[in-house]
Amino acid sequence: MNATVADTLVLARRNLKRIPRQPDLLVAYTIQPVMFVLLFVFVFGGAINTPGYDYVDFLMPGIIVQSIAFGGFVTALGLSEDVKKGLIDRFRSLPMSRAAVLTGRTFSDVLLNCLSLVVLFAVGFAAGFNFIDSSVGQVILGIVLVLLIGYAFSWIFALVGLFSSSPETANSIGFTLIFPLTFASSVFVPANSMPDGLRQFAEANPFTTWSDAARSLWIGTPPHTDVWMSFVWCAVFIVVFAPLAVARYRKVAAK
Amino acid sequence: MTDDAIVVEGLEKSYGNVRALCGVDFAARPGSVLGLLGPNGAGKTTAVRILTTLLRPDGGSARVAGLDVVKDADALRAKIGLAGQYAAVDENLTGFENLEMVGELYHMPRAEARARADELLEQFDLTDAAKRPAKTYSGGMRRRLDLAAALVFRPPVLFLDEPTTGLDPRSRLSMWETIESRTEAGSTVLLTTQYLEEADRLADRIVVIDHGNVIAEGTSDELKDRVGGERLEVVLEHVGDCEAAVSALAELSDERPTLQGTTVMAPMRRRSGVIADAVLRLQSAGVAIDDITLRRPTLDDVFLALTGHRAEEEPEGQPERAEEVAA
Repeated sequence: MNATVADTLVLARRNLKRIPRQPDLLVAYTIQPVMFVLLFVFVFGGAINTPGYDYVDFLMPGIIVQSIAFGGFVTALGLSEDVKKGLIDRFRSLPMSRAAVLTGRTFSDVLLNCLSLVVLFAVGFAAGFNFIDSSVGQVILGIVLVLLIGYAFSWIFALVGLFSSSPETANSIGFTLIFPLTFASSVFVPANSMPDGLRQFAEANPFTTWSDAARSLWIGTPPHTDVWMSFVWCAVFIVVFAPLAVARYRKVAAK
Repeated sequence: MTDDAIVVEGLEKSYGNVRALCGVDFAARPGSVLGLLGPNGAGKTTAVRILTTLLRPDGGSARVAGLDVVKDADALRAKIGLAGQYAAVDENLTGFENLEMVGELYHMPRAEARARADELLEQFDLTDAAKRPAKTYSGGMRRRLDLAAALVFRPPVLFLDEPTTGLDPRSRLSMWETIESRTEAGSTVLLTTQYLEEADRLADRIVVIDHGNVIAEGTSDELKDRVGGERLEVVLEHVGDCEAAVSALAELSDERPTLQGTTVMAPMRRRSGVIADAVLRLQSAGVAIDDITLRRPTLDDVFLALTGHRAEEEPEGQPERAEEVAA
């Protein structure tokens, strides 16, 4: 077990070293979420009605949930590259922990997501976002929740990365699968403003549960479902997708 | 033979309907270099992947450094080094960081991993490039870094899967020199290659494999005897000189020289002095020479001699044919 932790840290450090060396990845991590915030607040903001709250206050928790969920795409990218370039073979021929290739990835995502979070909050505050009626404990609980969502999605992206033939397809598969899911939820607009059918879908969508939970913790909205339910969703995603990713990793690696 | 560093018995592996290995046997003495020679798709890489625990065999057994590749896989990984044909280095890390990472993954203390990285970069002539990301390296430099990574833990058994495929001739030569200086250090090496020249230069024993079967085994000299050694090729200036050239060269060769257009070909037993000798004989016979070369047998020649087909061709009924030859 000690070896797994040590190997995870070695590989996480390796994953993080590439970020400042690949400016395009750094852009994906910082500029892209900033662009989303600015577009939604200033372009769509005027047209979206969020009774009782400024749109920027309504939007920020949702957009943070969405951005952090997507943070795991670095895992998809990195894993499909490692498979393609034969690094997985090197790792598997070493007397190291077998799990570390995946845990190293998902762990470095958590650290990267912390960086994203700093950028997102900075832009949010600059665009007029404020915590409303929330204690320090609630703010922190919200941050823990968001990082946990990011961690769960890292496992989904790990699976995507191991299924893709190239880093490019990993990227597009990830976005095609998850992007619509975030729009058909309360991430950007209140679910009750949606037409029948879509509304029921949005209400069942975990992104709605997560966004509403973050809102209730950060701006004091009544949560659509309980906050604990959003943690349950994270647990469900991790319990389902981590073993799938591990199984897929074994299969890919043994070719 | 139980003290052999590599023992492979009846090894089998299939991918779907494709039989990659159809019951392969070979062995390598400790401290020796075994060359696994064969064309693309012969099963060389499959064998290496099984021996390095990356792949489980369907049948047969293999022991490396006394350890079973399936049952003792975990323990075995601490005793082997692998350098593959795709130069598995992290392009975003520097040369130093790549080696440091591998050392740490062998659970070496950090200071030791760093010292070892410096030492290997020095040995592999990469010190100047140590702080540059590997993506800026040339193909030859990447292969050297990959090989250095395989040596971090001083493994007693080293697997090199086509270490020079795709390299330009100069990088290939420097890679050979690097491998030679490593094999002198006493580790057992299994080397796969498509080039007879490479196996000839680096390997003590050569196993020729084709379509998942061992079709020949022996030292480089033994194999060349089966192929017929080297061949002198003389291109004549005048077609009319053919008969004179054939009789002038007949004494140099065991077999009667053959003709192909204006080219006279004669198999040779020895190498040294043959060209000078041939030029003298042809001159005194009054034959004008356009070109003269001593051609070493290629993988194609080996295959032609052993299987009756060329290495690159894929005629029908291939696997059956190879099995007949093996039997």
